[in-house]
Amino acid sequence: MEHVLLYLRVFLVGGVVCLIGQILINKTKITSARILVSFLLLGAVLEAVGLFKYIEEFGKAGITVPIVGFGSSLVNGAIEGAKEGLLQACTGGMAAVSGGLTAAIVFGFVFALIFKSHPNKR
Amino acid sequence: MIDSKQYQEYVHQNAQKSNEWLTLTLAFVIGGIICMIGQGFSDLYAYLFPKWEQKDVATLTSITMIFLGSFFTGLGWYDKLGAYAGAGTIIPITGFANSVVSPAIEFRKEGIVFGTMAKMFLVAGPIIVSGVGVSVAVGIIYYIIGLF
Repeated sequence: MEHVLLYLRVFLVGGVVCLIGQILINKTKITSARILVSFLLLGAVLEAVGLFKYIEEFGKAGITVPIVGFGSSLVNGAIEGAKEGLLQACTGGMAAVSGGLTAAIVFGFVFALIFKSHPNKR
Repeated sequence: MIDSKQYQEYVHQNAQKSNEWLTLTLAFVIGGIICMIGQGFSDLYAYLFPKWEQKDVATLTSITMIFLGSFFTGLGWYDKLGAYAGAGTIIPITGFANSVVSPAIEFRKEGIVFGTMAKMFLVAGPIIVSGVGVSVAVGIIYYIIGLF
């Protein structure tokens, strides 16, 4: 039962984040690139002021899977690094998301070699 | 009585309204489902690797989601889903993967170096630059605050 509730919360929080994005798209005709950057910065700000961890406690993957979580990881890495020194404060963000970035670059490149372009693009 | 032109306008307005509700619902449901899939992998990895730290589980989960986003973009399925789900497929991390793989495949015809390698950062570039910029700024601010 506890698990069902957890997944329901994940669904709810993740759904609401995407819903806000869709409202922005419908109302302002904003491009998807700008949506992604805005949500990334939103996550960065939420992390910087310390609110992100409360949302994460409640929504788990509902808030970490959206790009908001990517912004949060970047800033969290920097904050953790700042405890060690100035150098680590600057490199901590990139280090925290190095796994995801590497994956995106490697899979992006490999799949571009394997797959052909599809005509019906967004 | 309303003439046919007014009627068409009326139908058009209603269609737009129902369309808007449909896009919002689909974005909510698909976005929520993608996040639940992420939670599923996170729980699976926490179970498989009980000695791992939470942040390593999170990293592997991100990598898995990015792999899935890239793979289904390559197959052309992700963009088909995106035509219905809108922000539901853009905002999850799988959408970030999609924004990398899509141009990488699309610009393949312009060559491997200046096509695929250069253009794969068309959308990801602004994301990485703004994200890293903010993280360095916050890091420095936290470092200075920590001095006192």
